[in-house]
Amino acid sequence: VENVRLLDRLSSRRAVVGTLYLTATHVIFVENGSETRKETWVLHSQISSIEKQATTATGCPLLIRCKNFQVIQLVIPQERDCHDVYISLIRLARPVKYEELYCFSFNPKLDKEEREQGWKLVDLNEEYNRMGVPNSYWQISDVNRDYGVCDSYPTEVYVPKSATAHIIVGSSKFRSRRRFPALSYYCKDNNASICRSSQPLSGFSARCLEDEQMLQAIRKANPGSDFIYVVDTRPKLNAMANRAAGKGYENEDNYSNIKFQFIGIENIHVMRNSLQKMLEVCELKSPSMSDFLWGLENSGWLKHIKAIMDAGIFIAKAVAEEGVSVLVHCSDGWDRTAQVCSVASLLLDPYYRTMKGFMVLIEKDWVSFGHKFNHRYGNLDGDPKEISPVIDQFIECVWQLMEQFPCAFEFNERFLIHIQHHIYSCQFGNFLCNSQKERRELKIKERTYSLWAHLWKNRSDYLNPLYRSDHSQTQGTLHPQIAPCNFLYKFWSGMYNRFEKGLHPRQSVTDYLMAVKEETQQLEEELEVLQERLANLQKSQSGNNKVKSKQQDQSKQFGLYTSNNSLANTPQEYSNDLKSFPSRSPSQGDEDSALILTQDNLKSSDPDLSANSDQESGVEDLSCRSPSGGGCLPSEDSGKDSDEAVFLAG
Amino acid sequence: MASRSPPALGGPLLAPRLSPAVPTWHPTRAEAAPMEFSELIKTATVENVLLSRPGLPAVRGTLCITSHHLLLSSSPRGDLELWLLIRNVDAVEKRVHNLGWYQPPRTAGSLRDTRVSGSSGTITLRCKDLKVLQLEIPGMEECLNIASSIEALSSVDSVMMMYPFFYRPPGLRLQQGWHQSPLERHFQQVASQTSQWRLSTVNRDFSACPSYPPAVMVPAAVGDDVVAKAAAFRQGGRFPVLSYFHPKNGTALLRSSQPLTGPNRRRCREDEKLLGTILDEGERGFIIDTRSAQAAKQARMSGGGTEPKSSYPQWRRLHRALDRGRPLQESFIRLVEACAEQGMDRWLGRLESSRWLSHVKAALSTACLAAQCLDREGCKVLVHGAEGTDTTLLVTALAQLILDPSCRSLEGFQGLLEREWIQAGHPFQLRCARSASSHGRGKQEAPLFLLFLDCVWQLSRQFPFSLEFGEQLLLTLFDNAYASSYGTFLCNNEKERSLCKVKESTHSLWAWLNQPEERQKYLNPLYSHNPLVIWPSVEPQSIQLWQGLFLRWIRPSQHLDEAWAEIRRLVEGNNSSSKESTGKRLSQSFPDPTAGTQNGR
Repeated sequence: VENVRLLDRLSSRRAVVGTLYLTATHVIFVENGSETRKETWVLHSQISSIEKQATTATGCPLLIRCKNFQVIQLVIPQERDCHDVYISLIRLARPVKYEELYCFSFNPKLDKEEREQGWKLVDLNEEYNRMGVPNSYWQISDVNRDYGVCDSYPTEVYVPKSATAHIIVGSSKFRSRRRFPALSYYCKDNNASICRSSQPLSGFSARCLEDEQMLQAIRKANPGSDFIYVVDTRPKLNAMANRAAGKGYENEDNYSNIKFQFIGIENIHVMRNSLQKMLEVCELKSPSMSDFLWGLENSGWLKHIKAIMDAGIFIAKAVAEEGVSVLVHCSDGWDRTAQVCSVASLLLDPYYRTMKGFMVLIEKDWVSFGHKFNHRYGNLDGDPKEISPVIDQFIECVWQLMEQFPCAFEFNERFLIHIQHHIYSCQFGNFLCNSQKERRELKIKERTYSLWAHLWKNRSDYLNPLYRSDHSQTQGTLHPQIAPCNFLYKFWSGMYNRFEKGLHPRQSVTDYLMAVKEETQQLEEELEVLQERLANLQKSQSGNNKVKSKQQDQSKQFGLYTSNNSLANTPQEYSNDLKSFPSRSPSQGDEDSALILTQDNLKSSDPDLSANSDQESGVEDLSCRSPSGGGCLPSEDSGKDSDEAVFLAG
Repeated sequence: MASRSPPALGGPLLAPRLSPAVPTWHPTRAEAAPMEFSELIKTATVENVLLSRPGLPAVRGTLCITSHHLLLSSSPRGDLELWLLIRNVDAVEKRVHNLGWYQPPRTAGSLRDTRVSGSSGTITLRCKDLKVLQLEIPGMEECLNIASSIEALSSVDSVMMMYPFFYRPPGLRLQQGWHQSPLERHFQQVASQTSQWRLSTVNRDFSACPSYPPAVMVPAAVGDDVVAKAAAFRQGGRFPVLSYFHPKNGTALLRSSQPLTGPNRRRCREDEKLLGTILDEGERGFIIDTRSAQAAKQARMSGGGTEPKSSYPQWRRLHRALDRGRPLQESFIRLVEACAEQGMDRWLGRLESSRWLSHVKAALSTACLAAQCLDREGCKVLVHGAEGTDTTLLVTALAQLILDPSCRSLEGFQGLLEREWIQAGHPFQLRCARSASSHGRGKQEAPLFLLFLDCVWQLSRQFPFSLEFGEQLLLTLFDNAYASSYGTFLCNNEKERSLCKVKESTHSLWAWLNQPEERQKYLNPLYSHNPLVIWPSVEPQSIQLWQGLFLRWIRPSQHLDEAWAEIRRLVEGNNSSSKESTGKRLSQSFPDPTAGTQNGR
């Protein structure tokens, strides 16, 4: 469709005209006019909703909201075209079969061996060994070998040595969806562990001997402590309501030596609505500070994030400081339980704060234990009530921790954002389906590629320059401040407004420091070479002066980051009054259009995922990247592009 | 024996003693209480006082009150000392426990040897820099005496009795830092680029305008007689003067106070002429009025008003309401209260209802508007509100920081503060007499300067490489504006400073800050000269609470400090290795850093 206008939320003046293409996998908008022909690519699987608004004089507006929080506003001149696009997108955005998803057609041109290597990058067996199991307290159980006991669990689970198959099976019958208590994290320093399960089917009075024995076994696996915590992550009221349906929570009287604790994290429906409310706030057109803060407060989003963090902190403290094992569950044990176990693990074990460790953590607590990726993130058309930003919240918890502990994580914010993106993109097979069983049936590993290998290959983009393995923040348990510290939880505009670069700091400290770090390394290497050479030269008695090059060093250093600065060089709309000011000369008008050009170039050339995935998609001739001259910041094409545009404008 | 003197600026609140323990307190000459002070000090020394602060272990020691300081020396070892400038105390709250059989409520750090049976009292000191100290004092009478001494000493309002007139730091000369005359230097810069402006001495004896400095920049085309008449038509005599000349396109930023139009729509030919000569024929200028259109209109009833279009045909008025005075002070108070009560639910709601961030957003937007008029529209801009000493300066100073790269260096920023705040006559003494604990007191207090510092902080967050100075400088400026050992922020204007002989009898803060070792603490390790205009985002998502200031004494900062140390380490590692490296450079070429400036021109 031609002559489509792409609008900018922040400024009605900055609309661009271009052509809209629909392909089997993407929506593509190509700008007319500008020499760079800026492109916007959106994967169909990213589309969360499409809204056709009332036709106006200029055309028919179409609003596309994406799961990665991009909002695209198009105006299509002909109502008929608009309708066609709308109908096609609705169909394309809601695939009904896994085979329709992008990962089955995505081909990064790797051979079979590389693909297999990629899938081997994260190996959970290795991970359990790293934790220190199996050992004299824990063993691997093959009771779920053919998913015979629990179809949403992995085939290999770790259980206390004293838990016989009889106990496990008995316990599983007393647990919702048969998700019996299994090991999530083991702390080899003090034998304390985090186990996970679903709620017991206790109703008002039911008991199960095997389940009681199972919890007993978990306690015995930690000889240093005479009780275990049972943490129900639901609000007490919800848990009590479940009793009427024959489910519920553990009765302290029936289980010996447990301490029972509720932690009120709300359910997926509350969370979905909360996110919805927050996104509405993000979408407001020129909101006042009050609109924004009230909206954010009323969405409750940060309160929910804090609740998840508090639960994780409680568990980490129990394990690390008290040396007490913890059993965590919610209702089915695949949403809140996954959040809380992974936050606790992250706090406890520095390994999970490395890039590789974080991949392992997601693989362990989310993928292998049957977090329902397909249902939660709506990969296939399904029940909208099943959709909820569960893992998004976990990812945000990690970001909040990164803000509090800037040196503690090996990876940076971009790493988190890209993982979030790919959970929805379906470009890689990792997060397909609802369980390991389904993934095996679909032969995911043979037919798709692994995201982890892709991220690992590009790991230099995701490094946190402040991370140093010998830094104090990278050692041992993290101790975030607990109450009363509401101010610690901040709105994450890097995620929820990530496509509106105008809102973010204009200069990236991370990238700058990364570049500095690399340069230092290079210089040190150079220095070594030179010292060697100098030694040789001194032998042969030649005194060259070396003053000159110092200045060059300086200029190079500046060169490193000046490209960033030009990002800053466009004002926003601070006033509409100016527009109507009568005395503006035509030349000023020209400058305005130049402005538009610059601004949009900035946006187009973001080192952004859609652009990344384009390149990988193999559609080379449509690649929007302008050839950019030797840069040393891998992801700062934006700066260069805008420089170019700036010159065009001049 | 070295006599003790207060730790210099920026030192830790409670510092380990550097000199060997001295068992008794020896006041230095400067600290010896003159008659006026000794009357105010009812009890000078109390032993066995327990000091507690949020987030830090309690300290027990001997408390001394001197003319200007409160000193707590830990006992028995005397290894820690607290120095608190009494001027820094914003409010004193006291609570006495007078019942012999009643066990006073104990704080966590309380030791067994408190006189359980005797009376005691607790004093809470709320400081202007927002920290809160609690002193548990044995003996009710001592407690009350100490409290009233602190109250009396902290509210001495004679400028010449203040500490800067007594403070003589080692290694600094009195005149140092005072004789940089930023205005003259600024004029020389302007004069090198244009002859449209001249330095006028019409105000050399402060007769035209008591709150202006002796020398100001005015259009070259008008004589001092015209200027003097225009001054009579502006509130407080604050006639339009040049605040900033934009070299890129020759436009200019001016500031003044409101014209005295009054209910009868008075006019003043000279004022019209002054503003008229600035614009060429057919050229347009903008007047940014920092009041709402309605408030500006209402000001006519009390003799003020705005420039009517009929008399100033080439000027177009834009109204941008910025709060000042009481509403701003209340906002500050509410924000600090919200920060102190973190246990409360609905933190964001409380943050919102303080409205502080709304003020930040409004101030930044207005400054951006002024900058945009200058840089993008190529128009001259006059900024004023009512008196022209508060929001006016906020806008002109911020606009310069956005536009002019030379204001973003440490030295340039000091020059900017000197020109646009201190010499421009922001009444620091009135505005900063009390801080956030000043409920219901004073009508003149308002944290305009703090709001400015907050906006600068927002800029530094959005442009982490573009300012040469870091957060520490902004914090130090805030502290010193409210209570200082230096004379820089004393008095309300240059006239008062000259009457009090501030420049002759006190030390300049700048002299202290610019000592090489001291200077190092305030630099931003990431700084690189950025020749471009820095246009900030003023969307709510981009504006954040300045935690480093408002939560300085509340939030744990260890992990963030470590991060900064790490950044320093990285950058300095890079610098040293590039200095050491001598070989040929990498073959890649890099864009000329100045190339971007030329855009659009």
